[in-house]
Amino acid sequence: MSNTPTYIGFEEYSQHIPASIPAAVQQATSRFIVGRAARVAELPEWEQLRQAGSDIRLHTIENMDVYLAQFEEKVKAAGGHVHWAETAEDARQIVLEIAKTHHVKMAVKSKSMATEEINLNQALEAAGIEAIETDLGEYIIQIAGTGPSHILAPAVHLKKEEVAALFSKHLHMNAPDDPIELAQIARKTLREKFLAAEMGISGGNFLIAESGTLVLVTNEGNGRMCTTMPDLHVAVVGIDKIIPDWESLTVFLKLLARSATGQKLSTYTQFISGARRSEGEFGPNEFHIVLLDNGRSNILKDPIGREVFKCIRCGSCVNVCPVYKNVGGFAYGWFISGPIGAIFAPQMLGTQTARELPYASTLCGACADVCPVKIPIPTILRHLRRRVAQGDEFSKPSMPAPLQVTASLTSAALASHWVYRFGTRLLPLINPLFRHNNWLTNMPYPLSRWTKVRPLPAFGAHFRQWWKKRRTTK
Amino acid sequence: MPKAQLFLTCLGDQFYTGTLQNMTRLLEQLGVELVFPAAQTCCGQPLFNNGFEDKTRAVALNFMRAFNQSDAPIIGPSGSCVSMVKHHYPALFQVGTPEHALALDISSRIFEFTEYLVHVLQVTDVGASYPHKVTYHASCHYLREMGLKTEAKALIHAVKGLNFVPLNEEDTCCGFGGAFTVTYPEVSRSMMENKVRNVIASGADTVITCEPGCLMNIAGGLQKAGSSIRAMHIIDLLASH
Ligand code: SF4
Repeated sequence: MSNTPTYIGFEEYSQHIPASIPAAVQQATSRFIVGRAARVAELPEWEQLRQAGSDIRLHTIENMDVYLAQFEEKVKAAGGHVHWAETAEDARQIVLEIAKTHHVKMAVKSKSMATEEINLNQALEAAGIEAIETDLGEYIIQIAGTGPSHILAPAVHLKKEEVAALFSKHLHMNAPDDPIELAQIARKTLREKFLAAEMGISGGNFLIAESGTLVLVTNEGNGRMCTTMPDLHVAVVGIDKIIPDWESLTVFLKLLARSATGQKLSTYTQFISGARRSEGEFGPNEFHIVLLDNGRSNILKDPIGREVFKCIRCGSCVNVCPVYKNVGGFAYGWFISGPIGAIFAPQMLGTQTARELPYASTLCGACADVCPVKIPIPTILRHLRRRVAQGDEFSKPSMPAPLQVTASLTSAALASHWVYRFGTRLLPLINPLFRHNNWLTNMPYPLSRWTKVRPLPAFGAHFRQWWKKRRTTK
Repeated sequence: MPKAQLFLTCLGDQFYTGTLQNMTRLLEQLGVELVFPAAQTCCGQPLFNNGFEDKTRAVALNFMRAFNQSDAPIIGPSGSCVSMVKHHYPALFQVGTPEHALALDISSRIFEFTEYLVHVLQVTDVGASYPHKVTYHASCHYLREMGLKTEAKALIHAVKGLNFVPLNEEDTCCGFGGAFTVTYPEVSRSMMENKVRNVIASGADTVITCEPGCLMNIAGGLQKAGSSIRAMHIIDLLASH
């Protein structure tokens, strides 16, 4: 039932990318970049905010058990139920159990990365429970039957014409390719679902330890409907979402909306502390929170890799990534794509499965420049490449043997100036075989992988002779 | 008279002899006395960036020994290679070992070419003239790891007769990324083609970069696109009269 990948073939995928994907992605990400830049420029204290966000997250990462315990205690005190899920399977069973007890036939969902991570929708469907995504982007990809291609804008790879075609087919109607009308259609369809559903499922952007509060940051209002209309609300949240207190939250709210969508504040920021306590209050009768580990505790032991948990899922790194913009999200083979996916997937799924992802970057550093919580993404990419190439205490090496041999030979050649200099004298000898003017073309493997894209300058290491001659004639 | 050691970089050594000769002449004209440590090979970045830290050490040791024959500053025509030595060498060796001490010393006295000109020699006008329409590609490691945001442009703007035109997405990666070009050739291709499209759209007849890697990639891309635009290392621009 699970669609967690067993091997992610980034290269294989990158060879067959439909041209429509980079086009749609580039258009959308450029809008995000412009919006973010404008909002960031308004805040002279932006750099201090980033530092504060990073510091708080690091502190929380180091004291996660303490804050989680505090959170649990406060949620219980407020009448909520707390469940600990060590694995994805545990989390699915917990949610299914709750649904079964309440005879749930339909569940409405607001956008959630954690339920994506545990493939909750398939588990619900298999148990005969209809699960409806209510975030517009998530609704679109649910109809399309694919995963998300961007952590913030899951349907970013689709053009409005494609969305209209999907709606027409799925809802048996003639949907116009106008975004506003399409949103209206979704709104009308989903309204009925909100009224009929017995259970609301959400994720969570932050968990505030000091008060046991679940924070949801959304823009469409569907999150509020999911968490207030049905009488039962279940939130599935990764343990890394914990923050100490409300004061910390003010830092993250400023960083998140500005980075993610170029807003000062998102349209809806909801604070949920426990269930409804009296008839006069809003909200569901029963509130459950499933705290998901699913390998996180293990990653927390890695002082370099664990910085991935500073992430507030703003998508900025994805928007500026030149690799992502040219391949789109599906190439990363997991629900989190782009630079954050490249450092997250190999840690969550293991480097045997995701060994290609740490290499899916030129280490250009554009991501680290914009990350609102200062995650050193290139450093973590290099760290994970080390895990792939030579292994570490978390994993055996997973790089194929021929590449290991190539690296050993390269190292030996570059560490000896005799071998190196001998090589530089040999290389120009192959020029005549492939030469067209000053360029080499159609070279054999492995240089074919360069020359099939663009020609290579002719080899010609003459500096050393020139320098020697110059010294002796001077 | 300031002294300095020439660091060729392996790509410079293999493909850009003319640029290295120009670097030598320019520095000498500015009164720098140069030495060339012949035992140098490569900084080891191709191994390091691909995860082979253990296999990088031997290459780094060769580099450090070659450049430790003199205590003069080291100058290289690549922000990426210089950054490798400056920012990553110290982390390769255990704190407290003589190799670590040496790495710190070498790291403290290595400079990228334009950095050395602008910050050490404090020169921006080297007397070059180049009556052409010129644009500039900001290389990733030069810009972000070395933090060199204004140096290249200051030098370019001081060239006589030059007409500077901006490049759309100037600081977006060109798709080189070292082994990335052969690991994911198709992705590298789209990124390079994007860069080449922007260069052509700029209306310039010359595009300048401070990185041999980007130069190979962009020049090759322009050649493949049948464009007559010249891709040029900043050193060659500064040596133009
Ligand atoms: S890694 Fe940083 S930039 Fe990327 S999504 Fe997370 S918080 Fe945002």
